[in-house]
Amino acid sequence: MKIEILGTGCPKCKKTKETVEKVLKETGVEAEVVKVEDFETILNYGVMVTPALVIDGDVKLAGKVPGPEEIRNWITG
Amino acid sequence: MTDIFYPFQWIADKLTYDVIGINPETHLAASVNFIIYDVLKIFFLLSVMIFAISYIRTYITPEKTRKVLGGKKGLRYHLMASLIGTVSPFCSCSSVPLFIGFVEAGVPLGVTFSFLITSPLVNEAAVAVLWATLGFKATAIYVVSGIVLGVFGGYLIGVLKLEKYVEEFVYKIKVGNAAVEPENLSVKERTGTAFEGVKEIVGKIWIYVVIGVSIGGIFHGYAPEGILAKYAGEGNLLAVPIAVILGVPLYSNVMGMIPIVESLIGKGLPIGTSLAFLMSVTAVSFPEMIILKKVLKNELIAVFVSIVALSIIFTGYLFNILL
Repeated sequence: MKIEILGTGCPKCKKTKETVEKVLKETGVEAEVVKVEDFETILNYGVMVTPALVIDGDVKLAGKVPGPEEIRNWITG
Repeated sequence: MTDIFYPFQWIADKLTYDVIGINPETHLAASVNFIIYDVLKIFFLLSVMIFAISYIRTYITPEKTRKVLGGKKGLRYHLMASLIGTVSPFCSCSSVPLFIGFVEAGVPLGVTFSFLITSPLVNEAAVAVLWATLGFKATAIYVVSGIVLGVFGGYLIGVLKLEKYVEEFVYKIKVGNAAVEPENLSVKERTGTAFEGVKEIVGKIWIYVVIGVSIGGIFHGYAPEGILAKYAGEGNLLAVPIAVILGVPLYSNVMGMIPIVESLIGKGLPIGTSLAFLMSVTAVSFPEMIILKKVLKNELIAVFVSIVALSIIFTGYLFNILL
């Protein structure tokens, strides 16, 4: 599984990355976590408000920090 | 507008004079009373306002906005962009993707700027704190000025034909469609989002509010009456531009600045000068400029900052004369 966190280094993006990593640890799911800071890639995903979370090429959420529950559903579901 | 906040004044009086037991005649009582009253009122209005706007916001997405504004010229669309800006969340880290997204959808540069100017200037948290401290009338003036400023500034940028000062790569980026916006949310989901909004914003700014109110409270209780009228009153024509220049580097602390400004007004700082100061705190900020630098050439940033700063100075003078 590949999890991409789209954002240009704002505090919310860091929060998102931390939350994702925490949930991965708790659930034991193996995933590659990548932080995407390049505008072109972010916009190619159709994302205009950051942070956004992309799992295996699917935009799950944009514009806010996802909660641990949401992330758990996405990575285990 | 004072009446609906009467219960807060009553609680503040009770707490200050009876519970804590400070003699009402003292400076300390004036300060403590001011702090308690302001904190109650600000957090009440903040919660109500953020909830309402966050709820409305669940209907407005950047995707819809750029579709509505794409390829539209004319003052009407500047006004529309500016109005959408008032209810849109604005995090300076999203300004670049939003900017590119707008440009790619064919939104004219000027209309995009109407949005970019008003969006940070008129936001629900600043409006709530302003309303709680300076009252409804000053807040209404602030909001209307913020919208007029966005319409006018954006229009001017459109007239000046500055498209060549946008970095070339912006025109080459293709915005994908992957971010499917959730349609038809239930009332419960929208309410949930609105609650989250309140929690998130209040959680982020409460400390600035408390610090600001405390500094304001101390000033309110101890500074001599009318001290600012003497030095920064309407007679001093330099006061407005100085206030605007001072406001530029203070971006992140606007929520804390407002209660301080409230106490300054109480000591004779004219309302136009005060509003000009607060506008420059929110509208022009270094962090935002550094981020916009990635998509705009220096010439355009300079035009943008000058138009906004001059308009704010003009607004300040205008309200000093009118009010």
